[in-house]
Amino acid sequence: MYEIVEKKVLAPEIKLYKVNAPLVARKARPGQFVILRVGERGERIPLTIVDFDRGKGTITIIFQEVGKTTKQLGLLGQGDCILNLVGPLGIPLEERFFGTVACAGGGVGTAEVYPLARALKNAGNFVISIIGARSKELLVLEHEMRGVSDELYITTDDGSKGIRGFVTEPLRAMLDGGRKIDLVIAVGPVPMMKAVSDLTREKGIKTLVSLNPLMLDGMGMCGVCRVTVGGRTRFTCVEGPMFDGHEVDFDELKARLQTYFEQERLSLQKFHGLVK
Amino acid sequence: MLRRQPMPELDPRERIHTFDEVALGYNEEQAIEEAKRCLQCPRPTCVQGCPVGIDIPSFILCIREGRFEDAVKVIKKKNHLPAICGRVCPVEEQCENSCILNKRGEPIAIGNLERFASDCERRSGSRVIERAEPTGKRVAVVGSGPAGLTAAADLAKFGHEVTIFEALHVPGGVLMYGIPEFRLPKKIVEEEIDYVKKLGVNIKTDVLVGRTITVDELLQEFDAVFIGTGAGPPQFLGIPGENLAMVFSANEFLTRVNLMKAYDFPDYDTPIRIGKRVAVIGAGNVAFDSARSALRLGAEEVSIVYRRTEKEMPARLEEIKRAKEEGVEFKLLTLPVRLLGDEKGCVKAMECVRMELGPPDSSGRRSPAPIKGSNFVFDVDTVIVAIGRTPNPLVPSTTSGLKVSGKGTIVVDDAARTSRIGVFAGGDIVTGEATVIKAMGAGRKAASAIHSYVMREKNWPSF
Repeated sequence: MYEIVEKKVLAPEIKLYKVNAPLVARKARPGQFVILRVGERGERIPLTIVDFDRGKGTITIIFQEVGKTTKQLGLLGQGDCILNLVGPLGIPLEERFFGTVACAGGGVGTAEVYPLARALKNAGNFVISIIGARSKELLVLEHEMRGVSDELYITTDDGSKGIRGFVTEPLRAMLDGGRKIDLVIAVGPVPMMKAVSDLTREKGIKTLVSLNPLMLDGMGMCGVCRVTVGGRTRFTCVEGPMFDGHEVDFDELKARLQTYFEQERLSLQKFHGLVK
Repeated sequence: MLRRQPMPELDPRERIHTFDEVALGYNEEQAIEEAKRCLQCPRPTCVQGCPVGIDIPSFILCIREGRFEDAVKVIKKKNHLPAICGRVCPVEEQCENSCILNKRGEPIAIGNLERFASDCERRSGSRVIERAEPTGKRVAVVGSGPAGLTAAADLAKFGHEVTIFEALHVPGGVLMYGIPEFRLPKKIVEEEIDYVKKLGVNIKTDVLVGRTITVDELLQEFDAVFIGTGAGPPQFLGIPGENLAMVFSANEFLTRVNLMKAYDFPDYDTPIRIGKRVAVIGAGNVAFDSARSALRLGAEEVSIVYRRTEKEMPARLEEIKRAKEEGVEFKLLTLPVRLLGDEKGCVKAMECVRMELGPPDSSGRRSPAPIKGSNFVFDVDTVIVAIGRTPNPLVPSTTSGLKVSGKGTIVVDDAARTSRIGVFAGGDIVTGEATVIKAMGAGRKAASAIHSYVMREKNWPSF
C-alpha cells in the first residue's frame, strides 16, 4: 500500500500526488516511470516519476483524468492509498552536457518533461523550454518549468495564453532564425511528438521523444509496448521510454494505442454510472 | 488388468463458454479404485520419473486404504505444491511414463491421484504446518514462481528467515499469469501460496530486483540469495506486420486474461479484445492455453498454426486432445511469413508458406523446410504469437560478476551455485523455458545447497 501524502489540483482534471514509496524514491532517476494499480480489480497503468525526495521517501506523479482508472485515481485524497506501485522502470535520461537543449512539453507531457529539463539544467545545459496546452486552464507547472529553464515559451491552441498554436511554432521560429540547438526533447501526445520530430529531422537536430504506448507489466514480459524504432522492434518499458524521434514509427504507435478504444469508453461509461 | 479410471470432465460444449476448470477431479471411490491398480513395486520406477522424487507407491497405498491425510503428508515431504503439480505436470513424460504398467497397458493416473490427495486436504481445511527452530540465517528469494516458492518453502522448513521479492502485484509467477483458470484455478494457487506463507515465508510484491533493488544490495542484508526469475521477454517471429494492432504475444494475451481477469471486463478494469478468426502461432502448452482462452472469450474460429506435424507438438497430449474436443483447428506444416494490415493498422490476414519435413538432423528431429511457391493467404483478425520466451536479462545485467551463457541463462554448478559467492539460481532462468515441476525440482535442490552454505560450507567453486 502506497499512501498519498499530498494532493494538489493543478488544472481541471490534472492532479499531482506525492506518494510514499521509499524504495522507488531511493533509486528513481529522471526519465523513469512507475506502474500502479489503484484497487483490487484495477488495471496496471504507467505514470512518469515527475519528482522524488529520497530523504522523505516520496515520489511525485502527475496525471490527467482521461479514462476510468485515472478518474478513479483522481477521487483519492491525502491519506488514501494506492494498492500497488512498482518502479523505477525504464532507462533514465543521460544526464550530461549537450549544449543548448530545447524541451517541449504538450499537455500533461509538461509534467513529464519537467524532470528532464531540470536534470539537463543541472548538468550545465542552456535550457529552452516550450510548454503548451489546449488553453490556459490546462497549462501546468509553468512556475516550475520557468525555474529550470533559461528561456520559457508558452503556447495555447486557442491563444488564451502565450503564443497561439502548437509547441512546434516557437521551435520552428527558432530553427528558422538560425538558432543553434544541440538536442530537442519532446514529450506529449503522439501527433505532437511526431510534428516536433518531423521539424527537427529537416535540420538534423538530435531529438528524443518519451513514448507512451500501452503497457501491462512494464518489465519486458509481454511486448504490448513494442514500437518500431529504426526498423527494429523495441520494448518501450525496458529499452525506453526515450527513443530517437527520427527513427520512431509514430503511425504504428498510434494504431496500437487505439486497440482498446471501444473498451476504454465502455469502462468509463460504467464508472460514471456507478459514481453518479 | 483393471482399466484406468477416467477423469471426469466438463462437457466440451459447455466448457468453452466458461473459464471453469475442465477436469473435475476424482471422487473418493474413483480414487480408491485407481489406487488399487498400483502394483506397489518394491523398486518403483515411477519415483525415478518424478523430478522431485515423491514416494509415489506410499502415497497411493494411503489413498487405497482411505488415509487421505497421510497421502498428503507423504507427498509434502518432497513437494509443497501438489495441487498445482497434480494438475499441470506433464506426467506422460515423467512419473506415468516410468510406471511399469505403461509397458502393457495404461499407467497409474499418478497426477490425478496427487491432485485428489491435495484437494482432499484443502477441502478439509486441516493443514499441517510444521515450523522449524529458527537458525537466525536470512535468505532472499528473487521471483515467486514455482522455483522460488519451492526454494522458499524448503528454506523455511530448515528454519531460515526467508523473504521473497516479486515484481508483479501478486505472487505465483507463471502459475498466476500464464496457466489459465480452466487448467489451474487461481484460487488453488492462492491457497498453495498461503501455505508457503504459513511456513513463515515473507513475500514482498511490487519489487523488481534489478531496478527497485539489486542483488548486490540484497547480499548486504541476506546470507544468501536465490534467483528464480524465470523466462522473460517473448520471442516474436521477426516477420513484417508483427507490430500491427491485434497481434499479441501469448504472454500479453494470457497475462490480461489470467492475472488481470480481463475475461471479467468491465467488472475488472483490464480490457481484452478478441476477433472472430484467431490464429495462434506455435504448438506448446502456451499456444494451446492461448487458443482455448480465445475460444472462451468468444472467438468463432481458432487455429493453431504450426510448422511441424501433430506428432512433434510439444504441448501435453491431454491438452491437445481437449483443444480438439473444443473445436480448435490445426494448420500444420504451415509457417507464417507476413502479416497484412487494414487501413486502421489492425491485422487482417496472414501469408503463410507450406512446409515439408526433411530428413532427421543430428538431434534426430526432422526439421521443416519451406516448399517454394506454396505461399497462401488466409483471413485472420487476431494473431497470438506463442513461439517461446528468452531468459529474463534484468538480474544478470544488473548483478556484477554473474556468469551468463551465450543464450542468456545463468550458469550454475551441480549445487545451483552461480559465479557469485552466496548467489544461487534455478528454474527457467537457468534451463531456459521448461516445466513447472522441473523448476520446483531446481528450487528444492538449491534450497538444500543454500542450507549447507549458510550453515557451514563457505567454500565456493571457481567459474
